[in-house]
Amino acid sequence: MNEQHAAVTSNLSRARHPILRAFAILSLITSAGLLAACGSGERFTDEAARDGILLFGNGSEPKGLDPHLVTGVPENKIISALLEGLIAYHPTDDLQPEPGMAESWESNDDFSQWTFHLRDARWSNGDPVRASDFVYSWERMLTPELGAEYAEMLYILKGGEAFHQGRTDDFSTVGVKALDDRTLQVTLEGPAPYFLNMLKHYSWFPVNPRVVEAHGGMADRQSGWSTLENYVGNGPFVLDDWVTNQIIKVRKSPTYWDRDTVKLNGVNFYPVENVTTEETMFRGGRLHLTNTVTPDKIPVFLEKMPGEMMIEPYMGSYFYRINVTRKPFDDVRVRKALAYSIDKKLLVDKVTKGGQIPATGFVPPGLKGYETSDAAEFQPELARRLLAEAGYPGGRGFPDVEILINTNEAHRKIAEAMQAMWRTELGVEIGIYNQEWKVYLDSQSSLDYDLVRAGWIADYAYPSTFLDIFTTGNGNNDTGWSNPRYDALIARARTAATEEQRMAILQQAEAVLMEDMPIIPIYWYTRTYLKSPLIEGWHPKVLDNHPLKYVSLKAPPMPDAPPPAE
Amino acid sequence: MFRFVAVRLVQGLLVLLAIYAVTFFLVAATPGSPFSTERAIRPEILAQIEAFYGYDKPVGERFVTSVSNALRGEFGPSAVYANRSVTDIIAESFPVSLKLGSLALGLALFLGIPVGIIAAVRQNSWLDYVPMSVSMAGICLPTFVMGPLLALVFGLIFELLPVAGWFGPEYVILPALTLGLYYAAYFARLTRGGMLEMLNQDWVRTARAKGVSESTIVWKHCLKGGLIPAITFLGPALAGIISGSFVVETIFQIPGLGQWFVKGALNRDDFLILGLTVLFAALIVVMNLLVDIVQVALNPRLKYE
Repeated sequence: MNEQHAAVTSNLSRARHPILRAFAILSLITSAGLLAACGSGERFTDEAARDGILLFGNGSEPKGLDPHLVTGVPENKIISALLEGLIAYHPTDDLQPEPGMAESWESNDDFSQWTFHLRDARWSNGDPVRASDFVYSWERMLTPELGAEYAEMLYILKGGEAFHQGRTDDFSTVGVKALDDRTLQVTLEGPAPYFLNMLKHYSWFPVNPRVVEAHGGMADRQSGWSTLENYVGNGPFVLDDWVTNQIIKVRKSPTYWDRDTVKLNGVNFYPVENVTTEETMFRGGRLHLTNTVTPDKIPVFLEKMPGEMMIEPYMGSYFYRINVTRKPFDDVRVRKALAYSIDKKLLVDKVTKGGQIPATGFVPPGLKGYETSDAAEFQPELARRLLAEAGYPGGRGFPDVEILINTNEAHRKIAEAMQAMWRTELGVEIGIYNQEWKVYLDSQSSLDYDLVRAGWIADYAYPSTFLDIFTTGNGNNDTGWSNPRYDALIARARTAATEEQRMAILQQAEAVLMEDMPIIPIYWYTRTYLKSPLIEGWHPKVLDNHPLKYVSLKAPPMPDAPPPAE
Repeated sequence: MFRFVAVRLVQGLLVLLAIYAVTFFLVAATPGSPFSTERAIRPEILAQIEAFYGYDKPVGERFVTSVSNALRGEFGPSAVYANRSVTDIIAESFPVSLKLGSLALGLALFLGIPVGIIAAVRQNSWLDYVPMSVSMAGICLPTFVMGPLLALVFGLIFELLPVAGWFGPEYVILPALTLGLYYAAYFARLTRGGMLEMLNQDWVRTARAKGVSESTIVWKHCLKGGLIPAITFLGPALAGIISGSFVVETIFQIPGLGQWFVKGALNRDDFLILGLTVLFAALIVVMNLLVDIVQVALNPRLKYE
């Protein structure tokens, strides 16, 4: 018996009063619990690293694991461990195609027809992965009754849009064909040299047709195929356990074609939404990776644990949409004045603090062959002149307008900084109001706002993933802005003869967007998170897609190992 | 007694129906929908999804279908989480909240009631001032402060206990303490108040004058009556602990009902919101009924009728 226990027991025997005795018993139980909980003293992360299990903070509970029905980032990370598309994520470069289910591929000269040669791969239930599985999966994605939210992604397939919109129910009219078990031919609506990059998105991933049919069929939104009991994948890991709001365990797949490359024995995904909890878990040795970090703590972590605080470029834009249908924003001079009067460098240095890049255009930098726009730089003098020309010299007479944000402290801080800069630079007073997420989305899509905060993350590494959204009638435009010249340029880019021409046309389109300024670019995203030094094979990626099959964990020294000899 | 329980049960059912109707129409009137997303869904896809969940029908028709399903114990599928019905979600997470709630309540009673009794018996001594000051601080300190504080001390500084998850007995300690200490403070103050009221009665003074021992006065004559305020609070406390542990469940990443309630509200998952609201309302109705019965048993001056 240790000293602490002896003291408690002695107190217990002295306690004659029943209440005091009860207290003493309670203290004894509590101390015993605390001591029992101490365990061996080795950190969880070290123990897990020795077992080859990566402890992954994944943000939030996935809404499901069916690649055709989900749209979120937390889902993507788990699905990418369980399933593999034709093209996989490259370990270091998001712009490079990495062979996945397709061993090799070729295209015709104008990149409008592609042929993929599948490798000898198997599903986790032992079925061979066939070219027809992809045909089935893409038909499922485009079946209107399924209601797949990302179905539009497959409109690049010849006839895909017509099939999805019910203009034909004959799927053989869609440009995908299994020439044999291992050869898949894909015909597109037009030339698309970036098609390989698109294929990395999970909306193109295959599902096992036999399993889907056995659990409700192709068009069943509540199909049971993707539950813990029934999940069949073709990726490097298999689903092992799933406790809602608690943990999702995946373990190395014995049937994966490249299992020798997979170093990890498994990954435990923890859906921790509370950033403070996640950070405490990391610092307490319970996670190897966090999903994010509170912006205010970034400078502290950079100073105290620089090897663990990660700040990496991320292909996304943070911007404000402007409702151009309302006064005074129907005047382009007002929109430009607001855009030019924001000192974005000051904002990212003092407010967001996560190493974000001040946005001078909409499309983020880092895309091969695409020159970043500098049209939205900080030009306060020009901003004041434009506002005066629009009839509001020094901000006089500027109407009451407001910024709409969704309820989130980070968005409020940015909005307050913008508010202060507009007050200082232009003399205009702009209010802020917040709404809950779904209400905010509703207000934004129905143009019930003046200015609204927004963000856009690339689905694939190509400028069109950003620029397409501002075409007339696009459901994500949400500004009321429309310019036929812009629409024509975006359409022309789709049929450009060469890649250089396409990039030049897309740049012209962005210039038109910046000339009319229906948005105010603010910053280009970075990914900020905490990473254990035990992790190896994890590289900065602009789309944040880290193929887990290349990740490994360094085994820490045993807790009772003797110190190394000098 | 039987008539009393039957009447209260019928009243409870009517209350539940009213709560269901109010919640349903309030949720229906709120802007946004479970299917609105940051990336716009094409109208034809949205129409398919809405038809699948019955949102293509008028609100009145949806309400009738919803009530008839609820009366059969069916609250429908989650509109956001694939392959999960509201009943499954409740079945999975209610036992977790119940376990956490019961432990917290046990701790609250075990700590709060004795402290309250001692404080009353030793009124105006340090045994009164210290616990009552601490309990006042406990009431003022919200769980979202207490939780991270305990996590910081026991999880990070001493590395004694895990700070998140629900994987084993050691994971229960911090959340149960966070939740239990808060209610223990309430029980301590209520018990002290109840006991003081009893101890200051004229007949207690008479008993003392006649030489009845202090312990007999406290344990035999005053305890039953002195506990009534605490017992009255027991029903709402249990319902509150089970339904109101949102913050604690979020801080300690516990897969209980609280997290689902928050997710349901933020995602506008109408079916989930309705199912959980009815569950919590039913809990409160049942707990209040049980408390009424216990109160009458303890205080014969109250009648069932």
